[in-house]
Amino acid sequence: MIITYMFYLLSFLAIMFGLMVVLSKNPVHSVLYLVLTFFAIAGHYVLLNAQFLAAVHIIVYAGAIMVLFLYIIMMLNLNKEAEPHKSLWIKASAAVAAGSLLVVLVASIKGTVAITPSNEFNPNIGLIENLGQTLFKDYLLPFEVSSVLLLAAMVGAVMLAKKSIK
Amino acid sequence: MSIIQTIPIEWYLFLSTVLFAIGVFGVLFRRNAIIIFMSIELMLNAVNLLLVAFSSYLSDSKGQVFVFFIMAVAAAEVAVGLAILSMVYRNTNSPDINNLNKLKW
Amino acid sequence: MIKLVGLIPLLPLIGFVIIGLFGKKLSKSIVGLVGSGVIFGSFALALAIFFELKGGTQKEFTIDLFTWISAGKLSIPFSFLIDPLSSLFLLIITGIGFLIHLYSIGYMSHDEGFARFFAYLNLFIFFMLLLVLGSNYLIMFVGWEGVGLCSYLLIGFWFKNTAYNNAAKKAFIMNRIGDLGFLMGIILIFITFGSISYHEVFMQANSYSSGTPVLTVIALLLFVGAMGKSAQLPLYTWLPDAMAGPTPVSALIHAATMVTAGIYMIARSNILYSLSPVAMQTVAIVGACTALFAATIGLAQNDIKKVLAYSTVSQLGYMFLALGVGAYTGAVFHVMTHAFFKALLFLGAGSVIHAMGGEQDMRKMGGLKKYIPITHLTFLIGTLAIVGFPGFSGFFSKDEILAHAYENNKLLWVLGILTAAMTTFYMFRLYFLTFKGTFRGTHDQEHHLHESPKSMTIPLVILSMLAVVGGLIGIPEVLGGKHFLEEFLKPVFADSSSRIIFHLPESTEYMLMIVAVAVMATFLYSAYTVYVKNKTLPAAEGEELQPLHKLVYNKYWIDEIYETIITKPLNFISEALHKVVDNQIVDGIVNGIGYLVNWTSSTIRLAQTGNIGFYVFVMVISIVLILFTRLM
Repeated sequence: MIITYMFYLLSFLAIMFGLMVVLSKNPVHSVLYLVLTFFAIAGHYVLLNAQFLAAVHIIVYAGAIMVLFLYIIMMLNLNKEAEPHKSLWIKASAAVAAGSLLVVLVASIKGTVAITPSNEFNPNIGLIENLGQTLFKDYLLPFEVSSVLLLAAMVGAVMLAKKSIK
Repeated sequence: MSIIQTIPIEWYLFLSTVLFAIGVFGVLFRRNAIIIFMSIELMLNAVNLLLVAFSSYLSDSKGQVFVFFIMAVAAAEVAVGLAILSMVYRNTNSPDINNLNKLKW
Repeated sequence: MIKLVGLIPLLPLIGFVIIGLFGKKLSKSIVGLVGSGVIFGSFALALAIFFELKGGTQKEFTIDLFTWISAGKLSIPFSFLIDPLSSLFLLIITGIGFLIHLYSIGYMSHDEGFARFFAYLNLFIFFMLLLVLGSNYLIMFVGWEGVGLCSYLLIGFWFKNTAYNNAAKKAFIMNRIGDLGFLMGIILIFITFGSISYHEVFMQANSYSSGTPVLTVIALLLFVGAMGKSAQLPLYTWLPDAMAGPTPVSALIHAATMVTAGIYMIARSNILYSLSPVAMQTVAIVGACTALFAATIGLAQNDIKKVLAYSTVSQLGYMFLALGVGAYTGAVFHVMTHAFFKALLFLGAGSVIHAMGGEQDMRKMGGLKKYIPITHLTFLIGTLAIVGFPGFSGFFSKDEILAHAYENNKLLWVLGILTAAMTTFYMFRLYFLTFKGTFRGTHDQEHHLHESPKSMTIPLVILSMLAVVGGLIGIPEVLGGKHFLEEFLKPVFADSSSRIIFHLPESTEYMLMIVAVAVMATFLYSAYTVYVKNKTLPAAEGEELQPLHKLVYNKYWIDEIYETIITKPLNFISEALHKVVDNQIVDGIVNGIGYLVNWTSSTIRLAQTGNIGFYVFVMVISIVLILFTRLM
């Protein structure tokens, strides 16, 4: 029973904070709400027995990426409500578009064949040992390639952020 | 009593869908490039959540490994994207994406 | 020796390449030496092959050089056919060609385009040899087109003169009409027989029955080609204009060789004609009419080269008459003798023009006998040969043609004898006006008169000897001679001669000869009376003429009629098509499409606002729509 309650709570928090990210006027608040959303999602990961992933998620998203966001906002001095207002018409159309997307997606999920979970629940799936086995055996090459991607991203970011190349 | 006996997987599907739709709404609703970026992160996370859910329900660790890769890509994307944003801001003095309309004819 | 046949056309080609590429750097004497030398080499080879063929038992050799076209079931080898007919033509082309090259060294010595001239001449010889050597219709066609091209280049040799250029264009375009017929004929041959090689085609044709429609159509189409190339009615008007080219060109291309290509083609395809009496009849009638028609025009011309040009058309008509009545040997015989005496006459005329300093009007000549004796003597021999004076070459060949015509159809014989009469009259008119009487030109011209250099007179002398003795290879049997030529050509015409049997009583043959000689003598005498005794002169420019005379003098206004009924309507239609169809409709459609695309894109591009939010919005809506349609 407690699991059900936990699910409801975490889902509610995730959705609410997600909405707050979009709706709050101050970008710094948005970032903080997004961190909270990530925590809610991390809670879901724990619920799903993906403990290692939950930890990584907190570290990478809440720890690294969000700090990067905050850093940029600070650097560009955006922590004020300087955003020009969109017209009501555009806001309404955005809401309608997103809403209809939601409806259509839900409807299509409803229309799909129900997924039957495997009978034997393996609680060790999310453990670091298991993940390590899969990652370094089956996905060794993509893992290595992703390191190249990170390197490229780093070089690209440095190149772009430099004032000018002399 | 584990989660897969209590909660049907459809619920996670709906939760992910709702989070994804919120991300889409944010992209359409806001003009601040930083917020749009965050909405995109939200969409990515919605997908991550779904992958982890499937991984657990199907007892297959590959889904979680996939989430790792998504995280790596997201990190790279954020680094480059924020660098681009800072450059845009430097040139236009505004985070408003409507300033970036040079693509038209 | 037969194996070396590839060298015969190759040598002139080499000459062309050398002179064409380096002509400007080489001195005139070297150019002349190379140009004539290669032709002499070809001539020597042709002579060797001729004697080998004459002595040997095998009368037909096919020399495969390489595969030229291979597509599907069509395979065309580039191969040469050596048989009595082609070897005879080889001799005529290279022999006369060599003499005329020699002559040109003297004639063209003051011209700046000396090297260009020899390059063209060598190229012409190359294509002409290709034409007669090819073992299938396609190679003949290549040569056919090639000689047409060279003819165009050489008629317009002095390209700074617009009238000459127009003459060149006229020749080229008129030949195109004929070539179209020839090409269609070749295509039809391929469709009918599945091959275009002579050997294959004639073998298959032999099994067809006489009068098969498809053979008649083929024969008529080929004849259209021959009409254009050999200047027959109604496509003859280019030949007199072609005299715009230098005189050696007139002699070589427009009298001795190229214009006989049509005769060669029909003689080569003789079996196709022998199997279609309708085509034969057409050939005979067109030939006879052309002969008479051109002869009447020749009666009233004052330009020395024009007279010879019309005489050429007339003699070509004679040859077609011969082909039409089945006297293939006679036609080839006449080609040969005509090549001798007509080349001689043209070269003689060239020598006269050379002496006169470029003057071609006979009314300004006269009494040239004592100034240019060698030219005079050789010209007289040529004249006697062409009118068929007994013993000279023309007598034998004409006699053979007339005898065959008489047997075939009396009317054709009458036309032939009338033509012969007129030929006698205008040729002697030409001779008397030019060489007899007193000089009528200016004092300067009289002072300038001189005999031509050796390089010009030697070919004249050689040709005049040939014009005398050339007939001896075909003395009819009634005169106690032996027809060597007929014997030699027998294998070529074997299939036809079994179908067309020629038999005339000896007495009739004697009678025909006597009539021909009598007519010739009468008209010779009347020409003498008119132009020597009475010293009559052709009317000067602008003088009012008798209606009939006027008609003939103006060449029946054929050029003007063509201009009115073909050229002008054609121009009018082209103009109308250009103005209405092209400018309005076609351009309208093309510009309209361009305008439409322009308008559409300039309208649609407004959707590209550059607003990223809008793009995302559209994308989301589209995803919704796509998913929605999937759900339905």
